[in-house]
Amino acid sequence: MKIQSAVGQPVSRLEGKLKVTGAAKYAAEYDVPDLLYGYVVHATITKGRITRLDTGAAKALQGVVDVITHENRPEVASADLKYIDMDAPPGLVFKPLTDPEVRYNGQPVALVLAEDFETARYASGLVEVEYETQAFETCLDHNLDNAREPGKGFSTMLKPPPPKPTGNFEQAFRDSPFKVDAEFRHGSEHHNPMELFATTTVYEGDGKLTIYDKTQGTVNNQLFVANVFGLRYEDVRVLAPFVGGAFGSGLRPQYQLYLSVMAALHLKRNVRVVLSRKQMFPFPHRPQSYQRLRFAADANGSLTAMNHRAISETSQFEDYAEVVAEWSHKLYPSPNTLFEYKLVSLDLYTPMDMRAPGGATALHAIECTMDELAYEAGIDPLEFRLRNYAETDPSTGKPFTSKALRECYMRAAEQFGWKERNPEPGSMVRGNKLVGYGMATGIWDAYQFPARTEVIITGEGKMIVNSAVTDIGTGTLTVMTQVAADELGLPIEDVTFSYGDSKKPFSMFQGGSAMTASTGVAIVVAVKALKKKLLKKAKSIAGSPFDRAGNDDVAFKYGHMFLRKQPSVSVSFAEIVAANGGKPVKTTNMGAPHVLKLRKYTKSSHSAAFVEVEVDKDLKTITVTRAVSAVAAGRIVNPKTARSQIAGSMVWGISKALHEESILDENLGKYMNANLGEYHIPVHADINELEVIFADERDDLINELGVKGVGEIGLVAMPAAIANAVFHATGRRIRELPIHFDKLL
Amino acid sequence: MFIAGGTNLVDLWKYNLLHPKLVVDINHLPEHRRITELEDGGLRLGALVSNADTAYHPLVESRYPLLSKAILAGASAQIRNMATNGGNLLQRTRCYYFYDADVPCNKRVPGSGCPAMDGYNRIHAILGASGECIAVFPSDMCVALAALEAVVNVSGKNGGRRIPFADFHRLPGDSPEIDNILQHGELITSIDLPEKGFAQNYSYLKLRDRHSYAFALVSVATALELEGDTIRDARIALGGVAHKPWRVREAEAVLVGKKADEAAFTAAAEVLLTGAVGLKYNAFKIELAKRAIVRNGMMALHPETQLPGAQPSA
Ligand SMILES: Cc1cc2nc3c(=O)[nH]c(=O)nc-3n(C[C@H](O)[C@H](O)[C@H](O)COP(=O)(O)OP(=O)(O)OC[C@H]3O[C@@H](n4cnc5c(N)ncnc54)[C@H](O)[C@@H]3O)c2cc1C
Repeated sequence: MKIQSAVGQPVSRLEGKLKVTGAAKYAAEYDVPDLLYGYVVHATITKGRITRLDTGAAKALQGVVDVITHENRPEVASADLKYIDMDAPPGLVFKPLTDPEVRYNGQPVALVLAEDFETARYASGLVEVEYETQAFETCLDHNLDNAREPGKGFSTMLKPPPPKPTGNFEQAFRDSPFKVDAEFRHGSEHHNPMELFATTTVYEGDGKLTIYDKTQGTVNNQLFVANVFGLRYEDVRVLAPFVGGAFGSGLRPQYQLYLSVMAALHLKRNVRVVLSRKQMFPFPHRPQSYQRLRFAADANGSLTAMNHRAISETSQFEDYAEVVAEWSHKLYPSPNTLFEYKLVSLDLYTPMDMRAPGGATALHAIECTMDELAYEAGIDPLEFRLRNYAETDPSTGKPFTSKALRECYMRAAEQFGWKERNPEPGSMVRGNKLVGYGMATGIWDAYQFPARTEVIITGEGKMIVNSAVTDIGTGTLTVMTQVAADELGLPIEDVTFSYGDSKKPFSMFQGGSAMTASTGVAIVVAVKALKKKLLKKAKSIAGSPFDRAGNDDVAFKYGHMFLRKQPSVSVSFAEIVAANGGKPVKTTNMGAPHVLKLRKYTKSSHSAAFVEVEVDKDLKTITVTRAVSAVAAGRIVNPKTARSQIAGSMVWGISKALHEESILDENLGKYMNANLGEYHIPVHADINELEVIFADERDDLINELGVKGVGEIGLVAMPAAIANAVFHATGRRIRELPIHFDKLL
Repeated sequence: MFIAGGTNLVDLWKYNLLHPKLVVDINHLPEHRRITELEDGGLRLGALVSNADTAYHPLVESRYPLLSKAILAGASAQIRNMATNGGNLLQRTRCYYFYDADVPCNKRVPGSGCPAMDGYNRIHAILGASGECIAVFPSDMCVALAALEAVVNVSGKNGGRRIPFADFHRLPGDSPEIDNILQHGELITSIDLPEKGFAQNYSYLKLRDRHSYAFALVSVATALELEGDTIRDARIALGGVAHKPWRVREAEAVLVGKKADEAAFTAAAEVLLTGAVGLKYNAFKIELAKRAIVRNGMMALHPETQLPGAQPSA
């Protein structure tokens, strides 16, 4: 018998059946006794203060237990510092129900608590609130002149400000024969995960809480709750075994958690708070952004000058920043660069990371500008990228740990049939449709966070792996099971990955496409330690044949440890545990990036997207008829779940390019399409052929597993590839997203 | 209030836009849940027949394929299974401002104002709007019913009425809160289709921001009667442009006796869009509607070119 190694196999999601049969439980679905239901009352003005609040009618309703407002809010931490979570940007965290000030439209102003959901919702309409309104600003475009440097803080470490200028941009731009000067805009977008934000807080007594929460970080939210409510860390347990998507919106504790815990502690009862879809719009979002790019090239088509100026929106209380301006210099060499990033404070809630934050915004602008410049210089857009291909990171001069972008370009171009393309815009026609081919490059950082895992060998000789990490729908459970199984030579059936629980060993929030590297490496480290422990325990068995064996002399397969040189000499894990007095053999270890070694390298994943669109010649309706994405992301642990990540990101890219927009009415200062009927994302009819190619990219430097993460890299190139295809079909550059077809009329 | 499929009513209720004191479930009226042939050669569509059952009914498919296509261009399969024919006629506008109980809206709270006028009015009316309201009526089915000159049968305290489709919905004027001429307590019992179904030359074209499950920015129902390539009779109705399905008889008259070609449809389109007014974000609808009328006229010559979801012909 030979156990096929699990890593590299297209293993189907282990929790798939639970999800499609509805057996998987989400935060709002836990049955707990005597549950109280909280419903949020939100502000109906954009800025000002509450002058009168009357909860009498609501409280008088049968079934209503309490209404909490800023006037009667129970005691919580007053120090702002206590509210800082791991992903908090510089500034002051917004504290719901603290004072009568209204800082953004839809801000929570009261929480109604009732014995059932319907009563709570109905009573929420009976709370009377009067306001004094003030003038507000919610439109980025009207406030570009107020752009300023972002504040610095803890999160600046992950998102540094742009590097210093190099060379002399203005002069080089002036002197270059080919140049493009273009402005790009997009409005805000909302994460809109399928699952509504929800928290079920179980009041255990003795200051203990068990909390089912929709989150990407169980430990982050555990610490937040303990800090804010003055509880002991070990008394707060946050669970999130299933998460119905989050896309960044669960990186920080959201206010339903705060309100649910506050009410539970105050009333000493179990409390559930679920937000409505509409309430998930005055909420974190991808910020509105403005970008101006000026790129120039010399007569040979080599880039000479790059200026990227980006301005994004933030709230009045926190400085949410993204890395936007400098991505081009990680892709293309240019002797003269000038990168600028500014913020404008608006009367909206703080934006937050949304799938490929910064990168998705930046690469749309960069790769459209590259396309324009290729046309200026009369060079094929793919050829133009190849002429400016960087073997080492142009922004630092450091080598990449690996970079198979060239292979991505070549394989995707071949698969797509790029060479059939007639470069002349509008020249390719199919019946009533103009056909356009467009391409673009993608890049994303390969992150790894420190993480701990516990590995346990049970009496049956099976392995349990424990981690606080979540699985936000990406396939983490499956992939971690595969990694663990291979490390110890077990079939995946003998491995249980247990996760989504803050009581388990530490994990950062699940973001940045970092989890496979972070938790995966922690597993590798822990299993290494476990092997040593197993050997040690085996040696303690009287007359053990492993007496003189060193760690390198033994190997592990099929639930056995055996001598490499004499495989017939073996002992089963079950025997080792039995010899350990029946006590499971376990160890907890930490995996961390090799910071010192990796300082000499740039760690990036890459992609290339090729897209075909059809644009109706008269009516201008746009269809993405096919798309090919090639991705270089190191080792692919599970080609099936990885493909799903990339194909899903490609759909997201189509959405971002053609559909998605949070409609912000600047006169009212609020989002007007706060439901999934009007917040358009693609439906099946909008999605045609999607092909995913994984480049062979071996990376022995980046981490023990050679993985880079696939959550975001599939998205970043798509919007520009689509915009470029639309240009090729129509000769029109639409630099604002989403591209509404009527802009082509 | 009556509740039929509930696909609109329940949403409005949950969004705090409606506060009915009494809701009467009319789903248990079997006599209004069937499709029957009429003696004059027409077809009667019961008010409680679902949109899906109507669209897929063999007699509708064979004799009134324009209606079938229009219904299937609307909403989603699930919603069409629940939605009824009566309810479709009475669905409310999809204006964002109407749907938000926290902002003013003359249609919802008469006299409170209309933030759409200088707000985000991309989906709003270019024809027949008033200083009070620029909302559009969102139905697809009704665009075809307008073109087919259906008749709405209603019954009320004072007996029954037959309402020609063109008269059923109204323009907003200074009472935008009133969508149609139905009186309080009146029940729609059925919709009658006249014998003439234009089954040979018809097309429904729907232009929207995604290829399914979105309301029309502009839609066109075209029905032609041809003799050789000469037009004998023509109907064109527009959706997504006004407070009711938009028909202009003069525009149809322009076509009669003409050769069915782009020039003729272009001339008709100009007449149909006479008086159209564009606002900050919706001005494109004027040109889009004209082009859509022309394309859909050509598509009506070859109904087999219809793509699923009433997309433009390939
Ligand atoms: C997300 C979404 C997308 C949609 N997209 C489209 C689209 O693209 N195109 C389109 O055309 N439609 C679309 N619809 C609308 C859908 O067609 C209507 O909601 C549906 O037709 C209403 O029928 P119903 O039976 O559910 O009506 P109900 O919701 O039950 O009732 C609607 C109104 O009609 C009244 N009523 C119902 N029946 C009668 C009767 N017999 N007599 C008197 N009064 C009556 C009710 O009192 C109520 O006021 C969409 C709906 C949704 C929710």
